[in-house]
Amino acid sequence: MQSRGGLGVHLLIVAGLAVAWLGLGSLVSNSYYLLMMTLVPIWAVMGLSWNLLSGYTGLVSFGHAAFFGLGAYTVTIALVSFDVTPWLGIPMGMVVGAAAGAIIGYPTFRLRGHYFALSMLAYPMALLYVFEWLGYQEVPLPMKREAPGWYMQFSDYHLYIALAVALLVAALLVTLAVERSRFGMSLLAIKQNEPAAEAAGIDTLAWKMRAIMLSGGIAAAAGGLYAVVLLVVTPDSVFGMLTSAQALVVVLFGGVGTLWGPVIGAAVLIPLSETLQAQLGDKIPGIQGVVYGIAIIAVILLAPEGIYWRVRDRLARSRGSAAPAPALPVAPVIPLARPPAPAAERTSILRVSGLDKSFGGLRAVAEVSFEVQVGEILGIIGPNGAGKTTLFNLLNGFLRAGSGEITFEGRSLAGLKPNRICGLGVGRTFQVVRAFARMSILQNVVIGAYVATARGDEALVAAREALARVGLLERADAIAGSLTNKELRLMELARALAGRPRLLLMDEPLAGLGAVEVEDMIAVIRSISASGVTVVIIEHTMRAMMRLAGRLVVLDHGRILASGHPRDVTNDRSVVEAYLGTKWAAIRA
Amino acid sequence: MDSFGAFLEIFLQALVAGLLVGAIYGLMCVGLGIIFGVMRVINFAQGDFLMLGMYFTLYVVGGVAALPLLGSAAAPFITAVLAGPALYVGGYLLHRFLISRVTGTRVAGIEGEGHYAQLILTLGVALIIENGGLIVFGSTPQSVRTPLAARAWEIPLLYNDTATIFLNQARIIAALVSLVVGAALYWLINRSRLGKTLRAAADNPRAATYMGIEVDRAHRIAFGIGTGVTAIAGGLVGTFNPFQPYVGLDFVIIMYAGVVLGGMGSILGAFWGGMTIGLVQQLSTLVLPVQLQNAAIFAVFLLVVLIRPQGFFGRATERV
Repeated sequence: MQSRGGLGVHLLIVAGLAVAWLGLGSLVSNSYYLLMMTLVPIWAVMGLSWNLLSGYTGLVSFGHAAFFGLGAYTVTIALVSFDVTPWLGIPMGMVVGAAAGAIIGYPTFRLRGHYFALSMLAYPMALLYVFEWLGYQEVPLPMKREAPGWYMQFSDYHLYIALAVALLVAALLVTLAVERSRFGMSLLAIKQNEPAAEAAGIDTLAWKMRAIMLSGGIAAAAGGLYAVVLLVVTPDSVFGMLTSAQALVVVLFGGVGTLWGPVIGAAVLIPLSETLQAQLGDKIPGIQGVVYGIAIIAVILLAPEGIYWRVRDRLARSRGSAAPAPALPVAPVIPLARPPAPAAERTSILRVSGLDKSFGGLRAVAEVSFEVQVGEILGIIGPNGAGKTTLFNLLNGFLRAGSGEITFEGRSLAGLKPNRICGLGVGRTFQVVRAFARMSILQNVVIGAYVATARGDEALVAAREALARVGLLERADAIAGSLTNKELRLMELARALAGRPRLLLMDEPLAGLGAVEVEDMIAVIRSISASGVTVVIIEHTMRAMMRLAGRLVVLDHGRILASGHPRDVTNDRSVVEAYLGTKWAAIRA
Repeated sequence: MDSFGAFLEIFLQALVAGLLVGAIYGLMCVGLGIIFGVMRVINFAQGDFLMLGMYFTLYVVGGVAALPLLGSAAAPFITAVLAGPALYVGGYLLHRFLISRVTGTRVAGIEGEGHYAQLILTLGVALIIENGGLIVFGSTPQSVRTPLAARAWEIPLLYNDTATIFLNQARIIAALVSLVVGAALYWLINRSRLGKTLRAAADNPRAATYMGIEVDRAHRIAFGIGTGVTAIAGGLVGTFNPFQPYVGLDFVIIMYAGVVLGGMGSILGAFWGGMTIGLVQQLSTLVLPVQLQNAAIFAVFLLVVLIRPQGFFGRATERV
């Protein structure tokens, strides 16, 4: 999540780093240090692979050794059994790694958090025992003296360093490309709030699948090169837990979710552990592990989020660049470009019939049927626990109905995932705002715009347009985590609008707002409605609802108690008893 | 009929082995399950607590055996139980001075709620314990000797004069000790005041704080108990399984598999998760080559988790 600017700077650093590493390598002739200089880029690549999946999506993988090992064994078996050169073997390994990513990812992405992390651990462990059983305990790569270059067997060790650096450069470029595209933004959105990303039209499963396949391919390339360099492969060394751990340690140490974190981590930790091994390991076996353990503990206590972030924060502070963004007054609502839709023909945009949803014995939504007309503002009211939010979750696909039908513009929404429903033109906001807290307002809204746009610049335009509609354009660069409640609600509204919905579901948009803020929000909602977007609002504030909604639906215990014109509904005796209370009736009378 | 009889004999033998090993795996998993359930911290050093329990038993068993009224037969098991309080202190202090720096109230607001720092920290602790163990204990495989390991009760099968199930006495007693410790722990967590405190801290740390519960202290105690319980299980395993300082790596994955299988946060679930793994490990040898028995564990683990992500006893709590 580093600053988006400065692609040229990143490319320059990548090039400079590669040249410097090769230059340093050419000065070294000790074979031990040459090996170390080859291993650093290989582990950096492995770290980048891990980072691509886990750093950006937040789904921690303890099982990256599965991809690494499959890459290593593909290269090895191709060479030993089929006489295929590693020049082909490594690309083959990458295909195997990507395929393994797909096979592992598809079922395992059903899990989240710790369950995902720990389940990933099982794949390399199972593979480890299977490869042992298959008789691949220790497979040496045969020497090919007749054509060493063709088999990637160089007498000059510097060529291995060049190969490893080339792989690292490729991995860095891939990461850079991902980071700066819709791909990377979608992954970050998933990390920060997966349901919000899904509701904003991001196909979270598809992006995660792409991430794990790419990640698997890169890890397999690292594994393949590792086999070529070390000339012998054992299940323990490539599938073992320490290999998975190494991948995550270099990233966590260097800085998660950054381009440079894995490189920093590998450049510090690999030489450290290798040197300790060489200097101390033979004198007192075990002392190198103790020192290494103390070292990583010390660093992580000083920089819990990794060295990259720590250094960046330091630099930012010393430069004094952390000046708070000026608190701009909220801009007036910009008049709408699009003319309101012709209100002549009142056709229904959403039709709900016989909708039912139970949680265990509780019937949260029971036999609910209603229609929403094009262009209207429909209010849904009811006491707490009446099933209002559950109804929204059914409408936008977070929940599957037990029975009943939902049709949007004549199309059944049954079984569709939230991102598909969003793509069809149903936007949504949440009762408790679901922001991508570490992104700017603009980035939050851009993510909502992806579903309606094909290119990055179009998404940016759509996002700015949506921000203008809610009056947040001047605050576009503020970080979402620092916003006021009203700004958050407007931002979430803009995120929903950026997807160009024709139906907008708003869950308590006025909750927690002060009297003046409520007026502003009402004005925004009215202008959205005037632009032709049909709006369904859940709200508790009856006064606001009376002014906003053309029609009300009252829910109680999951059932529709009444519906119709606000005045009629609020005079309905059963509604007064169930929800409004007699005090309301007295005021009205 | 004869071949069926032979199969039945082998099957029953494997079943018994699975139940006995499973009871001890269950206890291991309970130890981890307490830490994981209360703190939601992934602790890579858990396997090394197991290892420390083994070496504690190895070095202290001589002293215990020398006590009056205790024979050399009972001593290893009593010593294993003593490893509990000893390692409780170790775990308590480890949490107090290290783990607490990256968990609980301190890390609110850090990305991933400090999980990344926790992973590295516990990995560092694991490295130090393993390699420190190598320096102190040496790399030669050891075992806690008990005369019971060579003795077995024979249970004749009635249908046939020759068919017999052998019950290794060391394993039977280890499994029984494991069950007793597990039951005591179950009582502690579910019935006692301390257990209520721990469960409250686990369920909703913030609400617990408002109710006057010191959440960080609850975490320390949970970490200590989890460490101690796993150490007891380690001492029991040490009576029939040779060990060296890196032995924890073999078990830590089994422990996590068991805890996830049972459903994170459920003590009873963790026990049954461990039991399941013991049974799968032993019964798989009936149909699969021995080298694949651990692969079978992971296959079954993945199957269960993918079909029932919340584990046997966990609840699905996701809410939009």
